[in-house]
Amino acid sequence: MPDQAQLLPGTLDLLILKAVSLGPLHGYGILLRIGQITSSALLIEQGALYPALFRLVRQGLLKPSWGVSDNNRRAKFYELTTAGRKRFREETEGWNRVAAAMAAALGATAEEI
Amino acid sequence: MNPITWLRSLAARLFHRDSSAREIDEELRAHIAHRADDLARSGMDRAKAERQARIEFGGLERYKEESGEVLGGNAIRTLLQDARYSIRVLRKSPGFTIAAVLTLALAIGANALVFGVLNALVLRPLKVPHPQSLYTIEHGGYKDTSSSYPDFLDLRHRNRSFDDLTAYILVQVGLDTGRETSQPWCYEVTSNYFDAMQVRPYLGRFFHDADEHGPNSAPYLVLSYAFWHSQFQDDRTVVGRVVLVNKHPFTILGVAPPEFNGTLLFFYPDFWLPMVQQEQVQGMKVLDARGERDMFMVLGHMKPGVTPAQAIADLNSVGAYLEKTYPKTDAYMTFSLARPSLAGDMMGPGVKAFMTGMMLLAGLILLAACANLGSLFAARAADRSREVALRLALGSSRTRILRSVFTEAVLISLIGGALGLEGSVALLRALSAWHPIPQYPMHVPVYADATVYVVAFLLALVSGFLFGAVPVRQILRTNPYEIVKAGSGTIVSGNTARRMTLRDILLVVQIAICGVLVTSSLVAVRGLVRSMHSNFGFDPNSALLAGTNLGMAGYTGDRLPTMERRMIESIEALPGVKSVGLISYVPLSGGGSNEDVFTDETTDLRTANAAANSQEFKISPDYFRAAGTNLLAGRSFTWQDDISSTRVAVVNALFARKFFGSITNAIGKYFKTEDGTRVQVVGVAQDGKYYLLTEDPRPAMFFPFLQYPISNIGLVVRSERDPLQLAAEIRRTVRNLDPSLPLTTQTWTQGLDIALFPSHVATVALGVLGAMGAILSLTGIFGMAAYSVSKRLKELGIRMALGAQRKEVLTAALGRPLRLLALGSAAGLLLGILAARVLAFIVYQATPRDPLVLTGVVLAMALLGLLATWIPAQRALSINPIVLLRED
Repeated sequence: MPDQAQLLPGTLDLLILKAVSLGPLHGYGILLRIGQITSSALLIEQGALYPALFRLVRQGLLKPSWGVSDNNRRAKFYELTTAGRKRFREETEGWNRVAAAMAAALGATAEEI
Repeated sequence: MNPITWLRSLAARLFHRDSSAREIDEELRAHIAHRADDLARSGMDRAKAERQARIEFGGLERYKEESGEVLGGNAIRTLLQDARYSIRVLRKSPGFTIAAVLTLALAIGANALVFGVLNALVLRPLKVPHPQSLYTIEHGGYKDTSSSYPDFLDLRHRNRSFDDLTAYILVQVGLDTGRETSQPWCYEVTSNYFDAMQVRPYLGRFFHDADEHGPNSAPYLVLSYAFWHSQFQDDRTVVGRVVLVNKHPFTILGVAPPEFNGTLLFFYPDFWLPMVQQEQVQGMKVLDARGERDMFMVLGHMKPGVTPAQAIADLNSVGAYLEKTYPKTDAYMTFSLARPSLAGDMMGPGVKAFMTGMMLLAGLILLAACANLGSLFAARAADRSREVALRLALGSSRTRILRSVFTEAVLISLIGGALGLEGSVALLRALSAWHPIPQYPMHVPVYADATVYVVAFLLALVSGFLFGAVPVRQILRTNPYEIVKAGSGTIVSGNTARRMTLRDILLVVQIAICGVLVTSSLVAVRGLVRSMHSNFGFDPNSALLAGTNLGMAGYTGDRLPTMERRMIESIEALPGVKSVGLISYVPLSGGGSNEDVFTDETTDLRTANAAANSQEFKISPDYFRAAGTNLLAGRSFTWQDDISSTRVAVVNALFARKFFGSITNAIGKYFKTEDGTRVQVVGVAQDGKYYLLTEDPRPAMFFPFLQYPISNIGLVVRSERDPLQLAAEIRRTVRNLDPSLPLTTQTWTQGLDIALFPSHVATVALGVLGAMGAILSLTGIFGMAAYSVSKRLKELGIRMALGAQRKEVLTAALGRPLRLLALGSAAGLLLGILAARVLAFIVYQATPRDPLVLTGVVLAMALLGLLATWIPAQRALSINPIVLLRED
């Protein structure tokens, strides 16, 4: 998969929040959702998802609960807490600002300066 | 938190961790199963799909662990993991582990032991209610706790700072329970004693102020729990029973609670009886004599809200009143406060200084052990640098590696600490059961309590971190690429200089500490040996002591000297007996009496006008001959120096010089005693030691016992016969005279045990610490020498191949450890000489300026060095360069 990019530090958390913000998901589901919304452009080792997930749970941003998946398997589902929703909004805004600034910076030409 | 609750919560946490670990496992496996489902759906066969899912997932165990760590508080599990790993590592090098554990067991054990004693004797208060406010009143003039009974009464009634004051005297009495006779020790106390100490009876009742109405009005006694248990077999009907004390009937009122053993830490009374019975108990009546400082101790609880300074000021104002009102007897009436448990300044400062010194030395031992283990750990870390490099290269973090090093160190220190603590607790128990001086109810109540355990645990923990920290820098510096690239053998070259310096310093420090210990123990041993052979002013060899108290058998007044003379004469008649002398207090056997003396011209006999305070003895005519004391001038007493003739005395040389200018000048001159009696000096005896081995020369005077009747006597029997046989015959003789006379016999050398007791204890303690120091420096030097030889085998091999001589090889291999040894020993010797000055307070004639001690230390350290480097030297010499060089 040569066209996949390495994940920037800190972006995984935001992606997880985004994935879960669209509806409760179990771990594998989150991974699929991220693949889907990034068009598989980003490379995540599957196991690496879990420490990140638990970190978010510990921070009180995600709420886990056991349920049954579409495959009829027991799985743990995650949804955003109120704090999680708030954090997701803030992080999204922050990211957009940085991205815009970066895009502007990188798009600058000699004449504009 | 109590340990059980703590364990339970720990278990709960561990259990919980287990369940959360299971949950993580389940969740991660569910992920893999879902992935496998998807792969299978896309056409892969199930087994292959599952394998593929696992591969895509990555390191399942690693993520499980990381997730667990994220979930937080995983410290305990990590710790257990680290501990398991450390145990595995340590089991792989049992030699190292055993050496390290034993070193620490010794060091921590020594500390726990010394701290146990310090805790019991100095830190732990007496077992009475409100021990914090309990003080004994020390007399400023005499620097002891004694007081006269009338002065005590004034202090008690005129002070405003104490709830109540009580006083007591230690006496030995003859007890006849009807079934058997014994000579127990008791406290003669003022009748408010138990009320002032706020103690409740275990059985029956105590006596109170209301029970006494003048002399001999309260013939009661209260048993100690231990005495009740041993002598009356816990018989609850003893209350109300009448027993005979010195032949006088006394009623047992009650039993004291088991934890109350009087108000001296080391001297447990068998029972208590009221002081108003003094005449019956001690055979004398001094309760109305203001000049007789007969009370052993005055003590009481300070009122709440009063500071010690206020109390002292209050007492001093009472003292000023006493000085003004009774100028004849009361001088220097200033006071200070002290803790009663060690009899105030009598033993307190000595015990405190000694125990503090011992604690310091024990701390030094622990420090030496830590230095020793630190360098062992550093050497080990160097040897394991490849392993460390590999672990780093494989992705382990430096923190994790450091944590495992510390876990190893703490594990060793905890195991060593547990072993050491167990040993010291056993020793403390043995000490507590020990009766150092059989004729006194001496106890050393030094059982270990929770404080001792906690301190030992903390010491173990701290030392673990201390020596675990030594190799930290080394590990932090480790560069995995360099080391893995360099291969074995050359690992250390780059770091050698620096690391060796750290180890060098540790070794020098350790040897210096050991040098201090060896020096102090040699100084103490030499002091003891010398004090055994010093001039006591009498000859304790081939002399037997027989002690009795005629008061216990009911003798008083004129019957005393008559019976005493009969005893002397019938013992003199025994075969092989050269001479028999009687004395009121056998010198250096733990008792004594002193008195102010005045020049003949003094008319105002107040203490402030006294020319000297002199040791005072009553003796029989033949005492000097029996004791082996030389008479320098004049004569000894005769049987004619009795109540009807002039009062005469023999004084010692110091007394003669102080009073009359010279020895010859003294003969025929007069001086006055406290009661104004004019006494004529008829002889001068040589100076001697009377009360303490370490005392400065004191004036002493001897009076004929026929002029001053005494009931408590010691007989000195000089004979070359076997002491055991002779003692039996003396007992038979005395029993024939009067079977109710109590009698103790021992050789005079045994009798000196009391005087030598502090030196004995100091010497044994320092000897043990010195030996431990020696062992530690032995292992330290050995470790360093062995390590340096093993690391330089190849270099030494090349040197040999190039034609180096044995001497040059040895210099190369062992020069450094030996130089360090010399440096450390010199430093230790110097420090030890400084430290030994402190010793001189406890061990008589301990002086470091003693060529024998200096040579001894140098020899001992040299011997240690030789021993420690012997095996490494052999190894260096047995190098076969060909084999060695071929190996690489």
